[in-house]
Amino acid sequence: MSMLKLIAKNSFRHTLRVILTIIGISIAVLAFGLLRTVVTAWSAGVAASSPNRLVTRQAISFIFTLPYAYKDKIATIPGIDQVSYFNWFGGTYIDKNQFFARVACDPETLFKVYPEYQLSPNEKTKFLSERNACIVGIETAKRYNLKIGDIMNIDGDIYPGKWQFVVRGIYTPRTKSDDATQMFFHWNYLNERMKTDYPNRSDEIGWYVVKIKDAGASATISQKIDNLFKNSRAETKSETEGQFQQGFVASSGAIIGAINIMSYLIIGIILLVLCNTMIMTARERTREYAVLKTLGFTGKHLFTFIAGEALIISCIGALIGLSLLIPIVQGFESFLPKGWFPVFNIENSTYIMAGSSALLVGIIASIVPIYRALNTRIVDGLRFNG
Amino acid sequence: MVYDLTDNKMNIPLYYIWKNFLARKLTTGITIAGIALVVFVFAAVLMMADGIQQTLSSTGSNDNVVITRKSSSGEITSIIDRATADLISTMPMIQKDEKGKPLLTSDAVTIINAPKKDGGGLSNLAVRGVSENALKIRNKITIISGRMFTFGARELIVGKAIEERFSNIAIGNTIKFAGDNWVIVGIMDAEKSAFESELWCDANQLIQAFNRVDYSTLTFRISDNANIEQLKALFAGDKRLNQYEPENERKYFEKQSEAMRLFIQILGITITVIFSVGAMIGAMITMYAAVANRTTEIGTLRALGFQRMSILIAFLVESLITAFIGGFIGIGLASILQFYSISTLNFGSFSELSFSFALTSNVIQGALTFTGIMGFIGGFLPAVKASRMSILSALR
Amino acid sequence: MSSIISISNLTKVYQRDKQEIRVLNNLSLEIEKGDFVALMGPSGSGKTTLLNIIAGIDKPSSGNIIVADTNIATLSETELAKWRSRHIGFIFQFYNLIPVLTAYENVELPLMLTPLSKSERKNQVELALNVVGLGDRIHHYPKQLSGGQEQRVAIARAIASDPDIFVADEPTGDLDRVSAEEILTLLDRLNKEFGKTIVMVTHDPYAAKKAHTTHHLEKGDLLQEVSKL
Repeated sequence: MSMLKLIAKNSFRHTLRVILTIIGISIAVLAFGLLRTVVTAWSAGVAASSPNRLVTRQAISFIFTLPYAYKDKIATIPGIDQVSYFNWFGGTYIDKNQFFARVACDPETLFKVYPEYQLSPNEKTKFLSERNACIVGIETAKRYNLKIGDIMNIDGDIYPGKWQFVVRGIYTPRTKSDDATQMFFHWNYLNERMKTDYPNRSDEIGWYVVKIKDAGASATISQKIDNLFKNSRAETKSETEGQFQQGFVASSGAIIGAINIMSYLIIGIILLVLCNTMIMTARERTREYAVLKTLGFTGKHLFTFIAGEALIISCIGALIGLSLLIPIVQGFESFLPKGWFPVFNIENSTYIMAGSSALLVGIIASIVPIYRALNTRIVDGLRFNG
Repeated sequence: MVYDLTDNKMNIPLYYIWKNFLARKLTTGITIAGIALVVFVFAAVLMMADGIQQTLSSTGSNDNVVITRKSSSGEITSIIDRATADLISTMPMIQKDEKGKPLLTSDAVTIINAPKKDGGGLSNLAVRGVSENALKIRNKITIISGRMFTFGARELIVGKAIEERFSNIAIGNTIKFAGDNWVIVGIMDAEKSAFESELWCDANQLIQAFNRVDYSTLTFRISDNANIEQLKALFAGDKRLNQYEPENERKYFEKQSEAMRLFIQILGITITVIFSVGAMIGAMITMYAAVANRTTEIGTLRALGFQRMSILIAFLVESLITAFIGGFIGIGLASILQFYSISTLNFGSFSELSFSFALTSNVIQGALTFTGIMGFIGGFLPAVKASRMSILSALR
Repeated sequence: MSSIISISNLTKVYQRDKQEIRVLNNLSLEIEKGDFVALMGPSGSGKTTLLNIIAGIDKPSSGNIIVADTNIATLSETELAKWRSRHIGFIFQFYNLIPVLTAYENVELPLMLTPLSKSERKNQVELALNVVGLGDRIHHYPKQLSGGQEQRVAIARAIASDPDIFVADEPTGDLDRVSAEEILTLLDRLNKEFGKTIVMVTHDPYAAKKAHTTHHLEKGDLLQEVSKL
């Protein structure tokens, strides 16, 4: 027999109670993991940001447009590698519940500022050469069963009218934090139509994405860009892509905050459940601890027994909870409106937080039982009758 | 302790239950705290969803109709040109005011940036340009201080929720947008609807300032003898109007929040299901331990003449009482949330939306039912175990 | 013969709700090495308290007590624990075995505190279990054993670390006549064959007869000594 075996044997003494405790903890870990996954998914855009990319948008709100003419002016600033531009197209595809980004872009520079969107050379050539060609991310292609050559019919809202695009490429993301759901088409195609249908809305772009050579110069270059257009009809706000994305996250800050608070409350609940079990368990073993003390076991040993037991229970509970997390997260994602979160992964940070919470909870739950065990005199303990 | 044994069929030893409560203060306390926490979270989520629902369904009246461009995702992306607006304003279904003018407002909706009070940086606010009859049509809105803005001037009235959340919002202050200074002349109360998060001004002034041409939406009071179905048919059948669609104003705003409400509901239900299982387990653990620790007492009670059923009910009652104490504490804590309001970006309108936690009777009912179920299921199996003990083995 | 236990002017006082209860009253006593001593007396006489102090699981309020050449009243809790594991073997009325451990593992338990290797421990355990006559029930759990067998496992556990002194609190209190007799015979053997000092608290005059020396206590005082050879 070893100390570990002794602790393990003791842990499962009251099988029903221990199993209930483990189930309780695993459920709470599951809930915690789910909430954290939602929070991290919300900030996924920030995580996928590159420090070498700046976003320049209309100073008041990105929903207002900027002149196409700004492009060349921005390009004159030293330290800039590429200037690309995008228009949020939106529109209704199939029905109003299909959430994936539909964006007009400049295909020449798209892949230069977003090298993480990978396309085969063949598909790239086709995409560049056809006026109404479009590419979709692999997730969207899977979801709607889209293949090269398929037609996408979109009912425009911001840009009214019926639009048709031909899928000429399916891009794959470089890492799993990158958005694999977007749809891109030619800005020129959009602009041509605006010139005829709504001329006063032509030659406008939604936002510029600027690739800079040195990430450390982001603040200076942002400032320089904004200075170019200060006091003009359309003032700009330039910031790193991370800051831009963070702005979105912050706007839903209250809800995210509420979810965060909930996840911490859950840890609190786990703690209470385990504390309860440990206190009850330790109480029943009062006499036994006294006997161990008579045999010569010291406070250090008792600490190991109690904390060891608590940690075994909390860790098994955490492992079970985390292993159930994967199917539950998938199930949750399937209930949400399609594409609500483009990136919905269980981040490593979630696993780490859940694991360390389990450890922490195991230790804290041992405090009262250990305190009691150490401070009960042997003679009182021997008299204890449950 | 005197037990009345004359009618010992269903005597439930309530005094016994109470004493036992006191005896195990710590573990009972922990169980109650756990249940209170679970009920709190459950109630809070329901209150959030109800709060959003309340805000958006109180925005808009059943007597009003909103005209938007088809397939626009919100008022911001809707465009109605002046010619169409003039055409629509002549339709007979629109109620007239005492001067014979149509009760119709042509709105131009846009967004501006403004700094928040809590140092949270800039946030987007909706600015709505309206026509002269706007307050008559949206009659839940009252000016609580200052006055209505003057048409033709660059003046604003501000929703109450904005005054609370954004800095420098006071009568007499100015806000700069579209290259001009706009003066705040009044604060409005909109019964906690979405309008309370908006700035209102003269539509034509707004359009001019932003170099626009067109309106965003039209809203009018439908006349008593007309109905919305007729209206929809009319629009669909007319070549000049079939790009636009009418909708009941209340339904329109409800749909704007649908995505967010749906999300919160799904999240809420998922978490609640998970939590409730957890809470039941917590209750079960405590009750099983309670039973195990009291085998001798159970044997004694049985020997004294109490029936099995009485024992079962006694433990079940104990479990329910524990659960309800926790439940009431949880609801009590949740009710404190009513003093807080949350503002977040409404994806439908891309501007700030304020809503509060609504403690409706639905929420209370739901929370209490939830508590009762937890207490019952959590206590049932242990209570059964207690009642099934044989007297001899219990007393050993 | 020398004393293995020397007690002088030992007093133990308890505070209970502002009342002072004197459990042991200025007691003095010598116990010789290799003796088999019975402590008898009515409820509340202080005999169990005296036993607990000798065993190092309770501390006196005042006075001196030297057990196995150590003044145990001055030791700290940690030092006492170590001292106990070396010098004292416990035998309780209710056996106090760990229910989740087999007989073997229960006996092995105190040896976990020693630097012995696994195989060395195995030797000691088997030896102890043989002495008490339970060689064939090594891997049974306490609930699979009778009261008498459980007590024998408990005695084996006490033997395992080879202490000088055995301390027994009503060792036969929960046993039937036959089992009680077996246990007393075992204790006698430990004393005569292995030269162990035994201090036993008992109510049972029959059990006391097995001892060589009997001390009577009443209300914290030591009464006349009755020796038996």
